[in-house]
Amino acid sequence: MATFHFDLVSPEKLAFSGEVDQVDIPGVEGDFGVLAGHAPVVAAIRPGILTVTTAGRHEKIIVLGGLAEVSEKGLTVLADVATSLDELDRAQFAETIAEMEEGLKEHEGGELDLAIERLDHYKSIQQQLSSTAMH
Amino acid sequence: MASLKDMRVRIASTKATQKITKAMQMVAASKLRRAQTAAEAARPYADKMSAVISNIAGAAAGSPGAPALLAGTGRDQVHLLLVCTGERGLSGAFNSSIVRLARERALALMAQGKEVKFFCVGRKGYEQLRRQFDKQIVEHLDLRSVRQLGFVNAEDIAKKVLARFEAGEFDVCTLFYSRFRSVIAQIPTAQQIIPLVVEEGTAASTTSYEYEPEEDEILTRLLPRNLAVQIFRALLENNASFYGAQMSAMDNATRNAGEMIRKQTLVYNRTRQAQITKELIEIISGAEAV
Repeated sequence: MATFHFDLVSPEKLAFSGEVDQVDIPGVEGDFGVLAGHAPVVAAIRPGILTVTTAGRHEKIIVLGGLAEVSEKGLTVLADVATSLDELDRAQFAETIAEMEEGLKEHEGGELDLAIERLDHYKSIQQQLSSTAMH
Repeated sequence: MASLKDMRVRIASTKATQKITKAMQMVAASKLRRAQTAAEAARPYADKMSAVISNIAGAAAGSPGAPALLAGTGRDQVHLLLVCTGERGLSGAFNSSIVRLARERALALMAQGKEVKFFCVGRKGYEQLRRQFDKQIVEHLDLRSVRQLGFVNAEDIAKKVLARFEAGEFDVCTLFYSRFRSVIAQIPTAQQIIPLVVEEGTAASTTSYEYEPEEDEILTRLLPRNLAVQIFRALLENNASFYGAQMSAMDNATRNAGEMIRKQTLVYNRTRQAQITKELIEIISGAEAV
């Protein structure tokens, strides 16, 4: 299978760099997979789980929003925060969600919609986390 | 003339000072290495970000609906100077060279009849600017309690700047920091961040991208984020510059202390020998008299 170059960068570090087979990205307008030879795209990312497939192995990385760019050189993901699934502190994540729920009261109008949307994304990550843990 | 005992005390105190500056130099050297790695690790993100933005912005800048962060407010009456300095001194001219650059810019702008406001990040810059521009400092932020500079710190600053921009408090924002070239060269730099200056020709790629969602929506998401990224980069560069400046300043201080010790020891030994000779003469002439 043809591979392509994939860089995952967060503001603080280069989190991943290498040749991969496939990357599934949680886009704002829906999830999409990137294979070698994908058409050039710039897409915004919602908070979710990014799956990297290398030689049949799947690696899941949590991204909290950002931007994906596909060019002829490969795929670059600018992630706001990127944590691999194993490194994530689940208790802290739950705490963040609780904090966000608390914070909802302070928002109004369009900002409230944005906050709720963001919270929903976080909750869906949490749900996916707990469902994979049960298997 | 100082007695021999006084001189001994002075030499000992110079030696103690030398030990301190030597230790500070070594601490700065190890911290510099960490700061440098952090600054380098942040570079790919910032580079990529500006490449994507200049790609999209090139098309959007001309259109009438362009976001204010890119197109500006259409005026340049009120300037906000975001001055990033260190929290501590003992670093040579590091803090004052940033402040000097900001001060010169401020005076030049004021001479043109513009209004200037300051946002100080870091204690040292605030203390120096306060003497001259106390009323114009709209906000200052201390990063003293921050052990490890994180992206959250930069986001925090960016949020405050954005809130002021949206409230219409200023038209142009310029960021002042020290760019890290090498241990002996740190360059005080002024960078305009609002409205964003798009570097022409850096990303003049021929690929036509598909955008998801639309270009302007991506741009409105990206621009505030880019502000935080630029500030983060400035903070990291500043941090590395600070330790670089401190390291060379302390290296100088250690060398000067060594020089001083050498001179003092020379004077001390001369005086000591002169005194011995004097005592010998006294004894001999005493013996001759008997």
